Amino acid sequence: MTVQPFLIEMKGISKFFNGIKAISNVNLNIRKGTVHALMGENGAGKSTTMKILSGIYKPTEGTILMEGKEVFPHTPKAALDYGIAMIHQELSPIFEMTVAENIFLGREPLYPKVHLVNYPKMYKDTKKMFENLDLSINPKKKMKELSVSEIQMVEIVKAVSYDSKVIIMDEPTSSLADKEVEQLFSIINRLKKDGKGIIYISHKMDEIFRIADDITVFRDGEYISTNLAKDLDQETLIKQMVGRELTDVFPERSPSIKEEMALSVEGISAPGYFENVSFQVKKGEILGLTGLMGAGRTEVAKAIFGMIPIESGSIKLKGEPIKIKEPKDAIKHGIAFVTEDRKEEGLVLPMSVKQNITLTSLKDVSSGPMMKRKNENEVADDMIKRLKIKTYHRNQLVETLSGGNQQKIVLAKWLLTNPQILILDEPTRGIDIGAKTEIYKLMDHLTQEGYSIIMISSEMPEVLGMSDRIIVLSEGKVMGTLSSIDATQEKILSLATANKMEV
Amino acid sequence: MNSQLSTNTYKETKGKANVKHMLSEYGILLALLGMVVVLTILSPNFLTSANMLNLFKQVSINAVLAIGMTFVILTKGIDLSVGSILAFSGIITASFVVGNDTNLFLGIIAGLGAGLLLGAVNGIIVAKWKVTPFIATLGMMAIARGLTYIYSEGQPISGLSDAFLIIGTGGFIGIPFAVWIVLITFAICSILLYRTKFGRYVYAVGGNENAARTSGLNVDRTLMSVYCISGLLAGLAGVLLTSRISSGLPQSGVSYELDAIAAVVIGGTSLMGGRGRLWGTLVGALIIGVLNNGLDLLAVSSYWQQVIKGAIIIIAVLVDRKRT
Repeated sequence: MTVQPFLIEMKGISKFFNGIKAISNVNLNIRKGTVHALMGENGAGKSTTMKILSGIYKPTEGTILMEGKEVFPHTPKAALDYGIAMIHQELSPIFEMTVAENIFLGREPLYPKVHLVNYPKMYKDTKKMFENLDLSINPKKKMKELSVSEIQMVEIVKAVSYDSKVIIMDEPTSSLADKEVEQLFSIINRLKKDGKGIIYISHKMDEIFRIADDITVFRDGEYISTNLAKDLDQETLIKQMVGRELTDVFPERSPSIKEEMALSVEGISAPGYFENVSFQVKKGEILGLTGLMGAGRTEVAKAIFGMIPIESGSIKLKGEPIKIKEPKDAIKHGIAFVTEDRKEEGLVLPMSVKQNITLTSLKDVSSGPMMKRKNENEVADDMIKRLKIKTYHRNQLVETLSGGNQQKIVLAKWLLTNPQILILDEPTRGIDIGAKTEIYKLMDHLTQEGYSIIMISSEMPEVLGMSDRIIVLSEGKVMGTLSSIDATQEKILSLATANKMEV
Repeated sequence: MNSQLSTNTYKETKGKANVKHMLSEYGILLALLGMVVVLTILSPNFLTSANMLNLFKQVSINAVLAIGMTFVILTKGIDLSVGSILAFSGIITASFVVGNDTNLFLGIIAGLGAGLLLGAVNGIIVAKWKVTPFIATLGMMAIARGLTYIYSEGQPISGLSDAFLIIGTGGFIGIPFAVWIVLITFAICSILLYRTKFGRYVYAVGGNENAARTSGLNVDRTLMSVYCISGLLAGLAGVLLTSRISSGLPQSGVSYELDAIAAVVIGGTSLMGGRGRLWGTLVGALIIGVLNNGLDLLAVSSYWQQVIKGAIIIIAVLVDRKRT
């Protein structure tokens, strides 16, 4: 497969964070004038590898060769100087500045002697760059006036303008419409002809097979394989990505499902987020809600909890329709929401374990406006014991605790509201295996007690290991429902990548 | 970090950590004591009962403002309008208590009410209309000052009732009323902040507004309330000042907000919200007061006093950054 010479060779790259392996012994060879797709589940190590190549992380071990010579892209600036540019998934242009100002940020052309910015040259050069790629974006427009796809294009032009030899694109089509994807692909083809190497990260199978020349698969932080795209088919690829047995981190689910309906969501839509979503949760059931990033899972949960307004459809609790305008209403109806981001929406970091635990139920530990200290301490200590939260005292600040214990505190907070429905968004993100298992056991235990759980997760093993039923979303729509007996990672992945399949 | 590990580490270093913890927690108290000791040595006039009474009276106005300011800053806000509200309340009260046959009670209530009202307007602008606190209260700073001049037609109001002046000059068991007012205000506000649900809301809103909202707390009402408290206490400070200087001056209280903010910050409350303590504010106000008083006694020029005060504020924040 060596028609084209290697542009980049990453050899034996490993990266450890505080002694914990993120990727180990990764080998990646990028050929000149090709598109090289990186595939793998979330957390497989694709992004870490690319962050090493683009100078955001320094590798713990391994070497990087560029056109045969060893290079050390240890800062983003150094990587750019070598000709390695990365377009991140989350675009972060400076919205108040013009297109040209963004492209030339940090290297503005200057008038000689006076060292003032040469704006006419900046705009002329930008215009020329766009013309070269057949783009019609006005360089004088402010970034905030552009559409998402135009911003994407500007970022690509910017990446190319560094005279880059390698351009890394992380999920470039995640916010693009079909027509815009075509435009992107024609640009990519042009870049290929110019002899650039493109590294392309995406979850979308059909795209990968259209655009990629080489495909490298990662799994659990390890390099698995590299193949020519034409030698692979979708099934083989998915197998390579998934490829592992479920380990025994998951407790045996004891049958706990009652016939009684707990929550039913009927055809709810929130324009821009999701449409016509329906599902039911029974008492004692764990319903898995999965899909790729941006599929609208979290948004559905937020809508049920009153954080995103619903335009149509209804939510019924035990058959009774309920109105939820804000989180307070949801809490009153016995719905609890453990959010995806503990630090953003879950915890008040400068407060203590006790204060966080009782935050949603202060009225139960006070009489009138006055807090009942003893009462509050008892309630907090009970929860610390019940959920086995490792803290030396209830007055310890939560910011000093580990991720797993922080997550338990968020859980404790919500359990105190006596919910019937518990929505858990990525309940084990960023916590270690031991703590994960404890949270799974707790979830199992809770269903025994009659709680219903809606678990949002992008970790396949977790979805398969814990759910009684699985709903797969893609682009804001329910693609299918799988029972825990039928479900396999392959089936979920094909539903999530928007490929219809016969069940 | 592994939780097991952190628990163990805590136990092992408990002794050392405690000393460090005590130092960082009560460091400003030590700083205050240190200043008192040094000034006592340098100036024989410092630690006299006459000077101390004078010092406490001077501090009282800033202490009252700063206590209100603490609530606002704990929610990640700021109240730049307290100096102007003080002047407005002062002039209102003064206009009610001119001459000896006036209704003292009504005058005081009117002054406090005026402060509460303007504070409530701040609260509405911040909580309901979502204007950043800095801008909202900067606007109110100008509005309240303007209203003060309009109401007083730019003239001081003097000839106040003798009974009213007792608030600023009199005392009870040898302690000036002004000091009693600070202590009572501090006591009530401590209960409010540490013993009520509302106090918990204040910390939660400042510590993480998103989490507070998601937890079903009424964030808007909490924000509304802290600006009301700050306005009310600015009103109280206005009544106090008017009585002490025995007239209502429309130009009084200019830049008082800066001293109040300084006291809060020196006291260890974070401008980022969610972290802080009320007793620290009281100590912070005392530090500023002792500094002013001491530097006066040592005949340091008032120009240099400003430089020193500014430096102290910056040092306090630098030290505090180590604390957290």
